Amino acid sequence: MAKKILIADDEQNIVISLEFLMKREGFTVCVATDGQEAIDKVRSEAPDLVLLDIMMPRKNGYEVCQEIRTDPGLQGTRILMLTAKGREMEITKGLAMGADAYMTKPFSTRELVTKVKSLLDLPA
Amino acid sequence: MLNGPVIVAASFLYLLLLFAVAYFGDKRADAGRSVIANPTIYALSLAVYCTTWTYYGSVGRAASSGLGFVPIFLGPTLAVALWWFVMLKMIRIGKTNRITSIADFIASRYGKSQLLGGLVTVIAVLGVIPYIALQLKALSGSFAILVPPDDMVSSGRGALPWLADTTFYVALSMAAFTILFGTRHLDATERHEGLVAAIAFESLVKLVAFVAVGVFVTFGLFDGFGDLFSRAAREPQLQALMRMGAGGNGYANWFALTLLSMLAVMFLPRQFQVTVVENVNENHLRRAIWLFPLYLLLINVFVLPIALGGLMLFAGQQVDADTFVLRLPMVFGHDWLALVVFIGGLSAATGMIVVETIALSTMVCNDLVMPLLLRYRWLALHGQEDVSGVLLGIRRGAIVLILLLAYLYFRLAGEAHALVSIGLISFAAVAQFAPAMLGGMYWRGGTRAGAVAGLSGGFAVWLYTLLLPSFAKSGWLPGDFLQNGLFGLDLLRPQELFGLRGLDPLAHSLFWSMLANVGGYVWVSLMRPPSAIEAGQATLFVDVFKQGRPSDGAFWRGSAQVGDLLPLLGRFLGRERAANAFDDYARSRGVSREALQADAGLVHFAETTLAGAIGSASARVIVASVVQEEPLGLDEVMNILDEASQVRAYSRRLEQKSLELEQATRELRSANERLKELDRLKDDFMSSVTHELRTPLTSIRAFSEMLLEDPEIDVDDRQRFLGIIVSETERLTRLVNQVLDMAKIESGHADWVNDEVSLLDVVEQGAAATSQLFRDKGVTLEMSMPPAVPALLADRDRLVQVVLNLLSNAVKFVARGSGQVRLSLRETGEGLQVDVSDNGPGLTPEEQRVVFEKFRQGGNTMTDKPQGTGLGLPISRQIVEHYGGRLWVESVPGEGATFSFLMPCGKSAVRKEDAG
Repeated sequence: MAKKILIADDEQNIVISLEFLMKREGFTVCVATDGQEAIDKVRSEAPDLVLLDIMMPRKNGYEVCQEIRTDPGLQGTRILMLTAKGREMEITKGLAMGADAYMTKPFSTRELVTKVKSLLDLPA
Repeated sequence: MLNGPVIVAASFLYLLLLFAVAYFGDKRADAGRSVIANPTIYALSLAVYCTTWTYYGSVGRAASSGLGFVPIFLGPTLAVALWWFVMLKMIRIGKTNRITSIADFIASRYGKSQLLGGLVTVIAVLGVIPYIALQLKALSGSFAILVPPDDMVSSGRGALPWLADTTFYVALSMAAFTILFGTRHLDATERHEGLVAAIAFESLVKLVAFVAVGVFVTFGLFDGFGDLFSRAAREPQLQALMRMGAGGNGYANWFALTLLSMLAVMFLPRQFQVTVVENVNENHLRRAIWLFPLYLLLINVFVLPIALGGLMLFAGQQVDADTFVLRLPMVFGHDWLALVVFIGGLSAATGMIVVETIALSTMVCNDLVMPLLLRYRWLALHGQEDVSGVLLGIRRGAIVLILLLAYLYFRLAGEAHALVSIGLISFAAVAQFAPAMLGGMYWRGGTRAGAVAGLSGGFAVWLYTLLLPSFAKSGWLPGDFLQNGLFGLDLLRPQELFGLRGLDPLAHSLFWSMLANVGGYVWVSLMRPPSAIEAGQATLFVDVFKQGRPSDGAFWRGSAQVGDLLPLLGRFLGRERAANAFDDYARSRGVSREALQADAGLVHFAETTLAGAIGSASARVIVASVVQEEPLGLDEVMNILDEASQVRAYSRRLEQKSLELEQATRELRSANERLKELDRLKDDFMSSVTHELRTPLTSIRAFSEMLLEDPEIDVDDRQRFLGIIVSETERLTRLVNQVLDMAKIESGHADWVNDEVSLLDVVEQGAAATSQLFRDKGVTLEMSMPPAVPALLADRDRLVQVVLNLLSNAVKFVARGSGQVRLSLRETGEGLQVDVSDNGPGLTPEEQRVVFEKFRQGGNTMTDKPQGTGLGLPISRQIVEHYGGRLWVESVPGEGATFSFLMPCGKSAVRKEDAG
């Protein structure tokens, strides 16, 4: 059964590109365009992995991350953070909040796919 | 009930009590627990100013001139207001220079001049003797009222032989009392602690006694102030007394009296004695400054009631108003109160006589007799005999002599004058000290010759216009020079000198004597520069408060032997006391007495210590007899002064520098804070820019990589992805441009092409440029504009940029199809205002606050988001503010938003003409 991926980003074009990329790799994809929606979708769709942007309206990526990690029912959810702010502080903060990995925008699509697959324990 | 023996006995008992107080004060002083180290006692001792003249005479003056008695107390009250400056300096000078009297002060200031000391002494003695006579007159007068002489009415006293005159015995007993009180031993500092304690006690007694009579008259004989004054108001001749200007008190006379009293309270020898010489702590002045005026107020509250009461109750009887205080309780049968009043009067008299004669005898001894003896060299011989006994003898003799002179004046002139007039003659005499004293404290240029000229000029005028007429009026001198002037010259009439009329004799005398005094002092002083010793002393006096003034002995050079100085001091102070003084000095230098060096400092110390006993002028002569002084030239003194002033200037510069340094540190700190804040802002900015650059790059890279890797993507997707790539590239370009634009505006390097611009054109151009956006989204634009508006001087393209930004923002946030935007331009009182209203979601208060910050984009919707860079509004605001305008937003969430900007009209609104 295909793994399900939630794309949480408020940039329309980034969502389009990620959606295309993930579908092409054979994943099932759902989309959230702000932090609150992301949480709701995590709960309703139970994705295996979230591609999580940090700078989002309503709730930012850190808050979303924290909420997922404190919910015992969502412990299996993998989180890959995508940040356009490449500073050490943001990366450290993201990992501290419970993200499994992070990537700095702009990212290489190939690397992203590799990372997603390794997080989901799929062969590259 | 009251008879002679009772009164005499009561008086002696009272004097014994005074001795007890004084004895107690001296004992405590010897034990090191001074009773007078107390500001209240100091303030009370100053009330020695209030003599029998106040006690009996104020009522007399009030009875004849109403409020005319006020200046005598108004003057001191005004003077005291200046004391924190003037008196504090006088006290400091007195302490540092061991000044023993006012004669010593003036002599010391003008180069330790024996001539000046003698002159001041003569003036003081001659000037104050009438005043002492006045006390004798009041004392014997009050005695005569209580116990009328058996065989005669009081006016017949002139015919009495001296030996039968009670006044003569009063004078002698006062002399004995003063000798016992003031000259029991020779004090190195001329301070008399027990005496001061007794004087303060007497001040209380006379205050209580006078207030007691006042209360008796006001509340006993009358029914309170209201009753007394309303009854007096019904008597036509009394009404006048309650108004200003009664009894011929013109304003000039009021002014003269007030001025005289101001000077008297500082320069009367006894006032100088208690205020300066007897002062133990400068801070006592703080309390005296309000307590002494309060005392004066209290003792004057009942003057007018007693005067009016007496005038009403004794109407028709020839009763001297000077005696009201005593006669009122007597006539109404209150003998004990009368006795209390008599004791109060005795207090007032003894206090004044004792302090005044002690002060005068010190001056006579130190500044008159000693210099004469020194001139004949017999004192300065290198004998070993102790001469402190001789000094005491001189002072005791001086006391007896002064009181006998006062008695003589009383016999010769006293009968012709009321108490107040006699006192004023003395006030006018001591006022002559004011120019030399005040000038000496504040003006370095005053010289000995100037002081001599001023003092003798003023004194001569006083003598001619005030003292001699007082003799003439009492018939002791032929009176025709009063009428016709000296040598028959009208211009020399003593009370209309050079034809000056219209002033009373006192104001007249004050005017001419002060003119002669100040004129002589200033003019003669200016004729030649101060000599070396004058300049040195001037610095010690004028700069007494300054840091870095020349040190003790700076103005002395020569050689001396400790073995000469110590015995010399011993001769005048007593051997033991001299040895103690040397020990103390040695200790303060941290050496033993044997190791003392006879340097300039020690010679100075010996001289000032000696000056404390015999005055500065005599001390200088005596010390000079055992040391070899090399006279300093004026230029050398000037060098010392110059050094001192250089030190002063240097320390001032240092102070200033350290202040500047502190200021600079403060500025640096705040600049650093500002820099840190800027750094933080820049960091935030860079982080935001990074984010804004990376976001479009992310899409571009992702799509490019996918297109590159996968040639199989179908044509529709391919077209869509390429379109996104292009639009994201445009977004990047826009961002880069705006960041650069913003940076330029903020750094002030932007180009402003200012020209006459019509805002109508600007708005229309903006609307035209965005019309495609509106059409694409189906949004209507409604415009409302006046036919014409005033032109602005501004950069046209920039203003179009603002309008464009507001319109495209509005389009972005309204709903597709149903969106409405209204654009209006109108003229307001402040200038031209453009409003862009939309029916979009509106902004929350929080959003309204941040919407003008960089990279803060409004709205939560993804719709059209890539269009914005988050810099449009900040840039627009910068542009508007550049022209002195404002850009703001008003919005209710859910009901749309209105962005407005206002451009001030007129060319003056253009802040900068930096077109290029």
